[in-house]
Amino acid sequence: MRDFDLVRPASLAAATAAFAAGGEAAYLAGGHTLIPAMKSRLRMPDALIDLAGLDLAGIVPDGKRLWIGAMTRHADVAGGASAIPGLAALAGGIGDPQVRNRGTLGGSIANNDPAADYPAAALALDALIETDRATHKADDFFQGMFTTALADGEIITRIGFAIPQRSAYAKFRHPASRYAVVGVYVADHGNSWRVAVTGAGPGVFRWAEAEAAIAAGGALPTLPADDLNSDIHAGPEYRAHLCGVMLKQALAGLV
Amino acid sequence: MDMTLNINGQAHDVAAPAASLLVEVLRDTLGLTGTHIGCDTSQCGACHVLLDGVAVKSCTLLAAQAQGAAITTIEGLGTAETLHPMQQAFRDAHGLQCGFCTPGMVMAGLEMVRRHGTRLTPALVAHELEGNLCRCTGYLNIVKAIVAGAAAMETADA
Repeated sequence: MRDFDLVRPASLAAATAAFAAGGEAAYLAGGHTLIPAMKSRLRMPDALIDLAGLDLAGIVPDGKRLWIGAMTRHADVAGGASAIPGLAALAGGIGDPQVRNRGTLGGSIANNDPAADYPAAALALDALIETDRATHKADDFFQGMFTTALADGEIITRIGFAIPQRSAYAKFRHPASRYAVVGVYVADHGNSWRVAVTGAGPGVFRWAEAEAAIAAGGALPTLPADDLNSDIHAGPEYRAHLCGVMLKQALAGLV
Repeated sequence: MDMTLNINGQAHDVAAPAASLLVEVLRDTLGLTGTHIGCDTSQCGACHVLLDGVAVKSCTLLAAQAQGAAITTIEGLGTAETLHPMQQAFRDAHGLQCGFCTPGMVMAGLEMVRRHGTRLTPALVAHELEGNLCRCTGYLNIVKAIVAGAAAMETADA
């Protein structure tokens, strides 16, 4: 790994000031994506800004929303997000126990890996993504592979998930990485349904036909294979099929 | 950069690049070679150590991030004369073949006790071991060792 200046700010203002201080800067949350990327020199920041001292962890239910701090670790979401059991179960299926002890919600949301789990929950649970300078709706936040609405230097502080009547996530996991080959999050919001798909396309997306079919009590749709991912793990037709299977599994597991 | 690391109850002043991984400082700077580097890609678990009692991958953690925390490595668990109950269980159950993954396996066992208590089932242990790889594929005896080691910790605590 190429060396860098490590900054450990104690406030959001100090963190954004360090980011703007010149050279390429990167924020360090749990580090379980960034540090591997730096080891392989896919990322070579001049300054690494550790967000651990900003006090951004914690879980607070607030009537209609469950607010989770950006630095809350996967293990703590798995153990503490009891207001949304589907979200807690999702967090408990990320990586492995040791990864869950370090990886963070905010890091995953900011990175927007097209096969990550949390973006599906954020989209299906109509989340609000609060930052040091704005509030983003999940529908506008995820903009394709590793791309989000975050501006340069913007820091996610907390994420508010709408508490659904019932929800569930079903994932066909890659056996080594545990990322989603395909993952489908289904949420029943009382008067509407939201279905979000990760792993299958170039970024997380809502499956409008599935939402309409569930709401109408009709036959579940088949997702067209056009524009779905193809790699050594699965081709587009197989991923399209898996989307249907994961949708049924999620519907069968609503809690 | 200068940092102070609290390892196995002892403070160590270390001067190392900011980019140093915890496992690199443990092994190369401090000579604590019980913690192993297997895959170096956060998959295999040979590098597991405890940070304030919580198992983490020391190959995916900067040494600087571990400042202020109590770090426990395999060297801090027992002595050659008096093994930690989890270590003793690995010995008794022959829970190792080449032994390379063993330090991380022992730490994973302690993580299971932290989260699930001392009465573990083989099914739970097998599930919870997903962050550890044994390339000798000696999992059966590893699972037996962790179940027995956890039970022995209950007795040892009593």
